[in-house]
Amino acid sequence: MATFSGNRGLQMEQPLIFEQGSPDRTAVDLPDVPAVGDRLGGLKRQQPVGLPGLSEPEVVRHYTRLSQKNYCIDSGLYPLGSCTMKHNPRLNEKLARLPGIGDLHPLQPVSTAQGALMIIDACARWLMALTGMPAVAMSPGAGAHGEFVGMAAIRAAHEDRGDARRRVLVPESAHGTNPATAVACGYAVEPIPANRRGRVDIGRLRAALAPDVAAIMVTNPNTCGLFETDILDIAAAAHDVGAYFYCDGANFNAIVGRVRPGDLGVDAMHINLHKTFSTPHGGGGPGSGPVVLSAALAPYAPVPYVVNEGDGLSLVEYAAASDGKPCGRIKGFHGQFGMFVRALAYMMSMGSDGLKQAATDAVINANYVMARLKDVMTPSFDGPCMHEALFDDRFLKGSEITTLDFAKALIDEGYHPMTVYFPLIVPGAMLIEPTETESRQSLDRFIDVMRALAARAVAGDAERFRNAPRFTPRRRLDETSAARHPVLRWRTPAVDRAAE
Amino acid sequence: MLCFTREHEWISVTDDEEGTVGITDYAQKQLGDVVFVELPEVGSRLLQGAQAAVVESVKAASEVYAPASGEVIAVNTALAEDPARVNTDAMGAGWFFKIRLDDPGELAGLLSEGDYREHVEALH
Repeated sequence: MATFSGNRGLQMEQPLIFEQGSPDRTAVDLPDVPAVGDRLGGLKRQQPVGLPGLSEPEVVRHYTRLSQKNYCIDSGLYPLGSCTMKHNPRLNEKLARLPGIGDLHPLQPVSTAQGALMIIDACARWLMALTGMPAVAMSPGAGAHGEFVGMAAIRAAHEDRGDARRRVLVPESAHGTNPATAVACGYAVEPIPANRRGRVDIGRLRAALAPDVAAIMVTNPNTCGLFETDILDIAAAAHDVGAYFYCDGANFNAIVGRVRPGDLGVDAMHINLHKTFSTPHGGGGPGSGPVVLSAALAPYAPVPYVVNEGDGLSLVEYAAASDGKPCGRIKGFHGQFGMFVRALAYMMSMGSDGLKQAATDAVINANYVMARLKDVMTPSFDGPCMHEALFDDRFLKGSEITTLDFAKALIDEGYHPMTVYFPLIVPGAMLIEPTETESRQSLDRFIDVMRALAARAVAGDAERFRNAPRFTPRRRLDETSAARHPVLRWRTPAVDRAAE
Repeated sequence: MLCFTREHEWISVTDDEEGTVGITDYAQKQLGDVVFVELPEVGSRLLQGAQAAVVESVKAASEVYAPASGEVIAVNTALAEDPARVNTDAMGAGWFFKIRLDDPGELAGLLSEGDYREHVEALH
C-alpha cells in the first residue's frame, strides 16, 4: 500500500540534499560580502556555486535519516563471510580519541611522539607473538596492500640473489586479491585446483612447482571456511624449490591463539587489523594490513619502521638509514596509526586467553549454524568447518529460486544477507560467517529465519523470493541495468535537461 | 566446423580457416546477466589457451581463453552497447571475436558438441 508522503511509518523517503535545498533557506546568517578588488582577471566564477540551502534542523534530519538506512554490525547480525564483520568494542574508540593520541600530528618531532611509537612497537610485538614470526611491517594500509608488500619483499629477496622468478601459484580456494597482487608484482599466475574436500590439491601443486616459481599464495583457513590440512607439506614443497610461502591472513580470526603461522612454515602473511583485531570495517574503516615476515624476508621490509633500543624509540624513515635492504616506502607517514591504537586496545583488553576464546567461539558459532541448517540446506563439504559455514544451492533445485532470490528474502526479514556466489568453486554459494560477536540466542533467531525461508523455498513459494525484498524503500533493485548503464554522477536537473 | 573447450568457449571455423569465438550457452547461464565484455584488439595475436577477453556479469568477472592460436581479424563491437546479446544469443549474435587460425590442426585437441555436452553434464 502506498502512502501520500512516500514515508512508510518510520521509514522516511529521503531525497538528495541538493533536491531539497533552495537558495532562500540557510542555516547560517552571514554578513554581506563587501566589494573588494581581486586579481582573478577572467577567472571569476560566472554561475552560482550551487550549494543547497537548508535550515540546520533539515541538515540534521537529512544525515540522521541517511544513517538510519545503513545496516551495520551495530544494527544487527552481519553474516557476511570472507570478511570478519565483528564487533568493534567501544573501549577501542575511547582510547583512540584520547587527546594525546587523537590530536597527534605525523610531522611532530619524534621526541614528542614517543608514546605513539611505543604503541606501534607494542602492537608489532603482539602481532609477532601471535603469529610466531620475527618481523612485521606495520605501514600497509589494508589487507591487499599488505599482500602487495609481502609479495614485493619476496620479489626483492629473489632479485637480491640474482634469481628472478616468473610464476606464482595460487589455489582456487584462495582469496581473489591474491592473483591480483601477484600480477601487480609482475608475476604470471597459475591457478591450482581444489580437491573434492575443498582444499588445495597437493598433487597438482607439487606438479606445478618448479625452480621458476617465486611463491605460492594460500589462504588459511581458506575461502570455503576450511583449514588447509596439508599446510605443512605445502610449505615444505614450496621451500624445496626455493619458493616462498605467502599466507593470506584475512581469516586469521579463526585460529588466533591456537595456531602460529610461523610454525606452519609461512614466510609472509598480512593481518587485517580491521577484521581480526576488531577495528572498524565495512565503510567505517580505514583498514590496516600489517604484514609479518620470516627471517628470510625481514631485511626487505619497507620503511618506515620503529626501532626500540636503549634510550627511547626512533623511526627509520629512509632506506639509507636502514640495516636491511628495504623494498621501498609504500605509504605516507607511518601506517594507520589510529587502527594500531584500537587493535592494541583490543588485544590488551582481551589478553591472550581472551583472544584464544574469541577464535574458538567464532569457529563454534559457525559450526553451530552449520549443524542447525544442514538438514534443510545443503553444505558444500562434509565435516566440521572453521569460521564460515558454506552451503550451495542444491536444496533449491527444482524450486526456480536462486541463491540471489534467497539472499534478497533475508533482507525482508531484517538481516544483511550472507556472501553469495563466492567462493566461485561452489555453485550458488552461500557463505555464512557469524563471528564470535553473536550470542547463542542471536544465532538461534537467525537460524530460525533461515530454516523458515528454506522451508518456504522447498514448498515452492517462489513468489515470496522472486519479488524480495518487498519491505525496503526501493524493493528489488535492477542490478543488471545499474551495471550496464551506471549513473556515476549527480547532475542538476537543469544540466540533465540541457543534455537531452 | 563447431568446436568447444573445457573452459566453455566455442569456435566456429569456416573453410578458409577463419574462426568465430564466443562463450557457450551453459557459460552465459552460469554467469547470469552479462554487463560488460572486454574484447581483444583487432590485429593482436593470440595463443591457444591464453587469455583473450573478459566477460563480466552481475555475479562475477571471468576470463575468456582463445580456443586456438591466430590473429584477431574482427571483434563484436555491438557487445559494448548491448552486452545482453551474450545472454540472449550466446552461440550467435553474442559472438566475441574472429581470428585467422595459425594452425587448424590445433582444433583436434578441442571437444565436439557431443563431448562438450557430456563434459557439462559431468559438472552436475
